[in-house]
Parts: sequence; C-alpha cells; structure tokens
Amino acid sequence: MSAAIITMPEPEVQWTLPSRGRVAMFSLIAAESAIFSIFVVAYLFYLGKSLSGPTPKEILRVPIVFTICLLSSSITIHLAVRSLQSGKLGAFTRWWFLTFALGAAFLAGTAIEWRHLIYDEGFTIQTNLFGTTYFSLVGLHAFHVLMGLMALFTVWLLTLLGNVKREHAERVDVLALYWHFVDSVWVVVFLVVYVIGR
Amino acid sequence: MSTELIAWPRAPESSVPFVERLHGWVTTVDHKRLGLMYILYAMVFLLIGGIEALIMRIQLAVPHNNFVSPQVFNRLFTMHGTTMIFFVIMPLVFGFANYLVPLMIGARDMAFPRLNAFSFWLTAFGGILLYFSWLGANGLYGAGNAPDVGWFAYAPLTSRTFSVGHSTDYWTLSLLVSGFGSIGAAINIIATTLCLRSPGMTLGKMPLFAWLNLVMAGLVILAISPLSAAQIMLVIDRYLGGHFFDTQAGGSAVIWMHFFWVFGHPEVYVLVLPAFGIASEIIPVFSRKAIFGYPIMVAATVAIGFISMSVWAHHMFTVGMSSNANTFFVLSTMAIAVPTGIKIFNWLATMWGGKIEFKAPMLFCTAFLFQFLIAGLTGIMQGAAPFDWHLANSYFVIAHFHYVIVGGILFTFFAAFYYWFPKVTGRMYNETLAKLHFWLFFIGFHLTFDFMHIPGLLGMPRRIYTYEPGRGWETWNLIVTIGVVFQALGILVFIVNLLWSYFKGKTAGNDPWDAWTLEWSTSSPPPAYNFAVTPSVKSRRPLWDLKHPEDPDWRYE
Repeated sequence: MSAAIITMPEPEVQWTLPSRGRVAMFSLIAAESAIFSIFVVAYLFYLGKSLSGPTPKEILRVPIVFTICLLSSSITIHLAVRSLQSGKLGAFTRWWFLTFALGAAFLAGTAIEWRHLIYDEGFTIQTNLFGTTYFSLVGLHAFHVLMGLMALFTVWLLTLLGNVKREHAERVDVLALYWHFVDSVWVVVFLVVYVIGR
Repeated sequence: MSTELIAWPRAPESSVPFVERLHGWVTTVDHKRLGLMYILYAMVFLLIGGIEALIMRIQLAVPHNNFVSPQVFNRLFTMHGTTMIFFVIMPLVFGFANYLVPLMIGARDMAFPRLNAFSFWLTAFGGILLYFSWLGANGLYGAGNAPDVGWFAYAPLTSRTFSVGHSTDYWTLSLLVSGFGSIGAAINIIATTLCLRSPGMTLGKMPLFAWLNLVMAGLVILAISPLSAAQIMLVIDRYLGGHFFDTQAGGSAVIWMHFFWVFGHPEVYVLVLPAFGIASEIIPVFSRKAIFGYPIMVAATVAIGFISMSVWAHHMFTVGMSSNANTFFVLSTMAIAVPTGIKIFNWLATMWGGKIEFKAPMLFCTAFLFQFLIAGLTGIMQGAAPFDWHLANSYFVIAHFHYVIVGGILFTFFAAFYYWFPKVTGRMYNETLAKLHFWLFFIGFHLTFDFMHIPGLLGMPRRIYTYEPGRGWETWNLIVTIGVVFQALGILVFIVNLLWSYFKGKTAGNDPWDAWTLEWSTSSPPPAYNFAVTPSVKSRRPLWDLKHPEDPDWRYE
C-alpha cells in the first residue's frame, strides 16, 4: 500500500507552501487584534460615561517622544532583519539592540506616565470608568511590549553568544512581525486614548 | 487494492513498564496521542456533565421536587453548560482535528508539536481548575462552592457584591486558561492545513474535514479571543476593583452580553463546523459516491464563517436594543440559514442514488441530517425577533440548542468515533452494540428534546429548580426525564462497546470502509511517523485513484 503510493504520478505543479512560522504569527496577530478590539470598543463605549472625575482632558499628557521611540523601532528592526538576510551580523546586532533600547524607552515612558498618574494625580484603575478602561487598554499594550522586549532580548543574547546566523533570518523575521504588530497597535491605542478620547 | 504493508518492528506495548508508558503519554508531542488524550479527556467530562444533567432532570421530573436544593441546582446548570461546551465538545473538536488533519493531508505531525502539547495541557488544566471549585471556591468567606452564575455569567451577577467567595473566579480563570489553549490549538491547525499539505494537495483538493477545521480554527481565533478579553475585564473588575461591568459606577451590564455573545455565537459554529466536516467524510463513503458539490461546500463553509461573526445579538432581542439593531440581527440570522441549507442539500444529493450502507456511522450521520434540519428550523423561529420575545428564556430555547449540540454535533461525533475507531485502534467495533447504542440514544434524544419544546411554548422558564403543579407542564417534564434514562443507557452501551472492541474486537485492517482519504492508506493504528513515504495526490480522493487506475478522479476534477 505505502509502496503503491510511490508509484503514483508526480504532480505537475510546483509544490511550494507558505512558511508555517509566518502563517502562525499572522494567526496569532489576528487573535491578538481581536482581544485589543474588545478593549478598544470598551474604551470608546465608556468615553464620557464616568460618573466622577477626573476626565482624560484633565490629566492625560500626550507621550509624543515615547511614541516616536516605539514607532521608529519598527524601522530599526526592519533594518536589523535586512542586515541579517544579507549576512551582516555586526549591523544586525547593533540594529537589534537599538530596537530593544527604543522599546525599553517606550516602556519606561509608560512607567513614568503611570507613576505620575498614580502618585501625583491619585488616579488609579479603581477611580472611575476612565481609569478602568485607560489602565487596562494601555496596560494590555504595555504587557505586549514587555513580551516583545523579552523576546528581543533573548535573540540579542543568543546573537552575542554566536547562535544567530544568516540562516535564522526567517525566524527572526517572524519575531519582527510581532514587533511590527505591537507598534501598529500603539498607533490605534494612541489615536483612541490621546486623540479621540481626549 | 493490496493490503500488504511494510512490516515495521513494533515492541509489544505490554512489555514496557506502566510508569514508562505513562511518562511517554504525559511528555508526548505526537499529534495522534495528543488527539486521543483530548478525546479521552472529553469523554470523562461528558460523563460528568451527563451526570449533572441527569440530576437536574430528576429534580424536574415532578413538580415540587426536593431532590436538590435551589443553590445546588444553580451550580448544576452552570457547571453542566460550561463543561459541555468548553470541556466536552471543544476537546472533542480539537481531538479529532489533531488526530485526523495531519493524516488526511499526508503530513507527519502538526506544524508545531510542542505548542500542540502545551495547548492540550492548558485545556486539561482549565477543566481541572473548574472542577476544583467544588473544593476550593469556599475561600475565607465560607460562601458558595461551584460557579452558580449560569454559563454566560451575566453581569452584575458576577460582581463581588453578588458573587462572594471564589466560585466566579474559578469559572473565569478556567475559561481564560482553556481559551488560551484553544487559541494555540487553532493557530496550529491553521498552520498545519496551510503549510504541511502533501505534494499535489492544493486547497481545492483538500479533504472537506480539513477544510472545515481550517475555517473552525479561524473562527476560534476570532471568537475565543473576545471571550478571553471579556474574562480579563471580569478579572480586573473582581480583583483590581475595576468598573467594566459595574453599573453603580456607570459601567454597563449589556456590554458584557455583547462581549459574551460576540464569542458565543461564532462558538456554535466552531462546534458545528467540525461536525459538518465529519458528515462530509462519512456520508460519501457510505453512499459510495463522491461528495456532491465540493466547491460549493467549501464556499458555504467560508460564508458561514463570515456571517457567523455578525449574528451574535440574536441572543439579546429581549434586552431592549434599538429596532434597527434588532432588524439587522434578524436579517443576518436569516442569511446564515442559506449556506447551512446549501450544505444539507449537498449531503442529500450525495446520498441520492448512492448505494447507501447503514452502518453505525452512517446511521448517526443520517439522524444528524434530520435533527440538524429541525434544529435549524426552530433556530429560524427564534431568529425572528417578535417570536423570540415570546420564547426567550423558556425551555424552547433549551430544546433548540440541545437539538443543535446533541442532535447535530454529538451525533456526528458518535459517527466519527465509530468511523475512525478501526483506524485508531486497529480493531473493528461491535456493529450490533453500535446499533443498539444508536437506537437507545436516538429514542432517548427524541423523547427528551422533542418534548422539551412544549413546556417552553407553554411558558416554562429555563433555570428554575422546580415548578407548581397544574400548569400543564408535568407530563412533558416527566417524558423529558424518561428520555434521559434512554440516553444514559445508550452512552453506557457506547462505552462498553469501545472498551470491549479495544480489547476483543476483530482486526480491522488498514481500510475497512474502502474509503478514499489518505488516513486509510497507512497502517491501523498509524505508526508514529504516519507515512513512511510522503504521499502525493492528484485529486480529492487519492485512494480512489489508487484503487481505480483505469478511471481516476483527476480526469474529471
């Protein structure tokens, strides 16, 4: 029976299939997008429905610098992957670390913002509906940044130990997809929280 | 066709010590073992959920019954619903997909074997967490044990005020954990079907079972994620003092309903699409005809996938949405009946003029066709908002969705059990016992769920622990309970059959049904690597081509 299968005619079509890493990452991104959508919907739905203050306009400051940090890290990770694809390990290590540093700067920015809100303004997740939706949406994003940073850092360590080579470019590229996703979610969160909601 | 196989040396299982065998199963990343573990796990919870149903039916058999207290009754219906959806049908779906999809597409394993094992253990842990609530949920409050907020856990019942202790936390966390497991499994199924097909198997030649599981996995990603998001919100509300569903602080109870049913309705299709896939494999084989209208079947499946994302609020007609919203959801609900109807006609057309063999799998699939049709028709009745205002929250609704889940889904899964039993174990099941199982369960099903519609129409609400005599509900409720006894007997026969056939059944051979998909070309049970040589295919029925070289399918496709 198995022997008989071999005798079957070879298919004429060229047999190439999509990369499973990319397909899986796109599926994960779809799932994550659905999770974020629900939080965004909740944020928009509850805009202006808080029964007590403060309101977004009173206490939110727009984190422009940190937003630029995060968004430019998409460019640096792209350059890093490009370097790895052409075998330039040194450039890859540098761009990759810069990506990590920019991401970490963004996370630090969120920490500073939260510290200000919690300790200076006394504004917490319990304060009102705005607090609940704000801290959960921004926190959910920050959590994803943190996950991404951990992955970036692991790859950076592996590179320093000499374990990342040119042939790993595809895998690194899949991780870069996730990082691009984290960045693009921030565009949505930024628009919703700091532009529309403010 | 030659049944000769390359003989692979196989160590007799019994010579390996038990601890080592157990270790092998616990640490396995093999898709077949994981699939079987999903299925066995679902069977255990099927028994538990069934016993819960049985207790509820004993309580409701006669008016003013005191078999269980109202508190226990609340826990029973919550646990029964949660168990059956999340820890019976979902693991069954993933179990069969895990076991069969790689075999059907000629792959050696899933795309990510370790993610696969991780997903299974998350799901398993979720179920154990839910049932640990019987012991652990008391907390320091001494209040409540198992969750008692109903399987859709409407706010504000789930708030700290109304649900003290930890029962709701167990419910939330177990669904969160198993939800992540489901998303992992779904990602794996998508990557497997898209990236691991054997040479020549274009998407247009992929077996329908694999196709339906692909669409199912897409729906899991889009449906379970909102549920996870909503559960995270509930956890924030309960643990961090958030106000998402806190009406006292301006939060909305209705938005929980939206978030839950955005998950809840696609979930129905997550459960039923694999059942459609099973029917699409079994009906052609036992009608001895190729499936009728393969491209339309695929198109209808994808259409169901899309439309199912826009029908959720038909669960909420009585909440008081605007009439525009009501109209939209009535129309989209009517629309989804169209692709589903197409599927039913295609199965009938497959049977039409075929040489139908009523073996147990075919019996279950035939019953599925009729029962799923009726379930769809009562669904359309409730899909019309004005009629739904009369029926919502009554036993009519319960009868309707049990018709879908038991009459539609469980029946096809029973068919799948019998159809693939020889492949999985290498032994044939006992046909007499299987037919006995079918008839007992069939009679029990109809006694229970046909007659359950009537007290619903007469106004009996769901989730009441007892009722007054003299409202015309007594006889119907008694018949419903009697039906459960038949169903329980059927399940008993089913389990006896599986066990007996596993040890004593006749050797089945590799291809007992003279079937056409790739899983029947390897040995029974399949070796760990599935196929010694990667098969290449030219049509939708590779084994037909092999058995009939003079008239292969690829000439016509």
